[in-house]
Amino acid sequence: MSVAVAELATRSRVHYLNESYGVKSWLLTTDHKRIAILYMVSITFMFLVGACAAALMRIQLLEPAGAIVQPETYNKLFSIHGIIMVWFFLIPSIPAVLGNFLIPMMIGARDVAFPKLNLLSWYIYIIGACFILYTLIYGGVDTGWTFYTPYSSTYSNSHVFGAAAGVFIVGFSSILTGLNFIVTVHKMRAPGMTWFRLPLFIWSLYATSIVLVLATPVLAITLSLMAMERFLHIGIFNPAIGGDPLLFQHLFWFYSHPAVYIMVLPAMGVISELVAAYSRRRVYGYAFVAFSSFAIALIAFLVWGHHMFVSGQSVYAGMVFSALSFLVAIPSGIKVFNWTATLYKGSNSYDAPMLYALGFLGLFTMGGLTGLFLASLSIDVHLHDTYFVIAHFHYIMVGGSVMAYMGGLHYWWPKMTGRLYPDKWARFAAFTIFIGFNLTFFPQYILGYLGMLRRYAVYPAQFQALNVLSSAGASILGVGYFIPLVYLIWSMRYGREAGPNPWRAKGLEWETASPPPRENFEETPIVTEEAYAYPTRPRAVRV
Amino acid sequence: MIQVFNFGIATAASLFFPLHPPAASTIAPQVDYLYYFLTAFTLFFTFLIFAFIFYFMVKYRRRSEDEVPEEVKVSIPLELTWTLIPTAICALIFFWGSSLFFRNARPPANSMEVFVVGKQWMWQLQHANGAREINELHVPLNVPVKLTMTSEDVIHDFFVPAFRVKEDVLPGRYTSIWFQATKLGSFMFECAQMCGAFHSSMHGEVIVMKPDDFAHWLATNAPSQTMSSAGGQLFSQLGCASCHQEDSSGKYPQLAGIYGHQVTLRNGARATVDEGFLRSAIVNPNSEPVAGYSVSMPSFQGQINEVQLLDLIAYIKTLGAARKEAAIQ
Ligand SMILES: [Cu+2]
Ligand SMILES: [Cu+2]
Repeated sequence: MSVAVAELATRSRVHYLNESYGVKSWLLTTDHKRIAILYMVSITFMFLVGACAAALMRIQLLEPAGAIVQPETYNKLFSIHGIIMVWFFLIPSIPAVLGNFLIPMMIGARDVAFPKLNLLSWYIYIIGACFILYTLIYGGVDTGWTFYTPYSSTYSNSHVFGAAAGVFIVGFSSILTGLNFIVTVHKMRAPGMTWFRLPLFIWSLYATSIVLVLATPVLAITLSLMAMERFLHIGIFNPAIGGDPLLFQHLFWFYSHPAVYIMVLPAMGVISELVAAYSRRRVYGYAFVAFSSFAIALIAFLVWGHHMFVSGQSVYAGMVFSALSFLVAIPSGIKVFNWTATLYKGSNSYDAPMLYALGFLGLFTMGGLTGLFLASLSIDVHLHDTYFVIAHFHYIMVGGSVMAYMGGLHYWWPKMTGRLYPDKWARFAAFTIFIGFNLTFFPQYILGYLGMLRRYAVYPAQFQALNVLSSAGASILGVGYFIPLVYLIWSMRYGREAGPNPWRAKGLEWETASPPPRENFEETPIVTEEAYAYPTRPRAVRV
Repeated sequence: MIQVFNFGIATAASLFFPLHPPAASTIAPQVDYLYYFLTAFTLFFTFLIFAFIFYFMVKYRRRSEDEVPEEVKVSIPLELTWTLIPTAICALIFFWGSSLFFRNARPPANSMEVFVVGKQWMWQLQHANGAREINELHVPLNVPVKLTMTSEDVIHDFFVPAFRVKEDVLPGRYTSIWFQATKLGSFMFECAQMCGAFHSSMHGEVIVMKPDDFAHWLATNAPSQTMSSAGGQLFSQLGCASCHQEDSSGKYPQLAGIYGHQVTLRNGARATVDEGFLRSAIVNPNSEPVAGYSVSMPSFQGQINEVQLLDLIAYIKTLGAARKEAAIQ
């Protein structure tokens, strides 16, 4: 009987999801948790659009001569795939969904520092997304997500304006989110929550926010210059009217290499949380993991030239950028070693989020190590713009960031919705994604060294077998992403009640009800212990 | 598991596909060595991390909900070890990759010259004797070949997988690569930089021939004019000769012997007269004016194409050579 009463109590309890109803209560909300949900729905929609483009590309590449579309259409497919996945899915994924939901809860605050600005960020994102969807519907853009000049500024006949405007606009959403997080972490921490008691997720997102605020304006400037050349014919990048074609690449990669870490650092933060929660111990080398995020954020600004080793830049510049690119790999390595060491003598469970975290460790390691190939000058000359590069950054972005996002979503899902998903299905999906991912992208490493180039709508016949293998893997990967979509939605209604802390994890977010009340905590928590203060027993003394 | 899985794919794949393209240039085997070293290094570390993860996940799996794990102290020496060892290995790979790159950055002095112009979506190639090819490049075996490349429109990229060379081909400037073929046969070259609708069809073949066969091919395909004589004709047609001729009064720069020399610019900087300098002096004469001349030259931007520009430059280079020979005599 007492169980039934308790159940009734949770149902009737007022929390952020049922405190008000109706479209207006969502579209005008300033609750960071509801904004996180708005972002989640929007980026999931954009992910599906980007994934459809990828599916069509993989079908096209089943045949050397191209199975379904003309080369012009194929160029538009990979362009929209890249633009959507980078700016409308990966960059907002962990920061705007998990970060928005969790940063205030993890530091014991009622909301972010500027709740209205937070809602504005989402609206800016939606306006940017509308530009992209308009571009897609009215004929697409064919420049690739990199918008290289003078192709984009002079020669392309596609909707460069719509796409560039969409990216330009969504950048402001990133900047405002970053700004909000920085101020929140500085000003809103609960009493007793010192910097070194912060969860590593907060450290990672703090570093990410700094990169967002410093790098994104450069993207806006770059795209505006490109638009000025395209529409006003002011010679900036096109040498025929007095411009410099490489200037664009310098500016673009000055933003876009740090952007890689905008996508990866939050994922690293999630992994720290997952590994700690499912091994029930403090992350090994907490300070090393925290500071390596800052080392990465700093060096990330100094390596953009590794995208230009074959662009005709000077040999000496190439060598400096190569050396710095090797350097940026070290802090990532430190993190991987520390996460692995956390498992040592842990109480390790096999829950679905942990499987995602372990998948991340393997795939991120592979992705990181293959990055060293591309950092070494003479190998990069051969590999530049081949499928090896595609495989490398998909191991980092999909094998790393998307795995972490999925893991984080599963870990915090009970907190966000108050419900548990079916664990067996979740583990099955994690496994399917892992297998599908490797089948899709591992063959691309081999294809790349053989000389198969990216952005090729048609390709030499000797590459067909590996391309078919890759497309087959992509279909498994697609199924793997589809399963969670079904059971997560199902769980919102039919899932078991989660209770405040189903994983018995540490962290302030687990000390309040699930779903949390509007103001997160009944009363402001007072922090008296380190992050991840899991109980341990003293070392066994062997006699 | 991942590495077993991946290694499995790689091994199975090697039965059906080669793991590297043909190695047909002097630098190709050197690049392959480094590639295989890095592959071994990657597999080793992936194995290592996964072996540890598996061992820990099995040995320290959660046996009961209430189990309390044993305390572990952070070891600073361990942190330093896994920071410094990867740093040392990275330094090694950096030096290996860079020294190879550096050694191959400059073409040997005796290289045979070929000129490449990329445009949407074809490659025009021209030999010094004037022989022209489209999407085909004939070269002799075991002779270093230097390509001087430019684009008529967007950025392209000249890539020969079998030679392990690649370089962007930019509008408005010259870039160059070189290679020395070590195998007879034909090898594909491709455009590696996305350049528009038919980017993936912008490819061709390098045909490596025995030097005798090549000499024969070159002779039979030679047009009536070499590049420099075509350039000489342009030189008078365009009216260049009226100012830049031998006996002018010093009002205009003299071109004989200027190639390869240093000049002082109006802003005081020094510049070496190479292909790139001459190109911008013709299409954009006021960007880097040479000191001591007050009259400005009209721009030839848009009046001549990249192939004609290369002819003109070839002609100006012979003016230099003629004077040097005269000086030696
Ligand atoms: Cu980069
Ligand atoms: Cu091209």
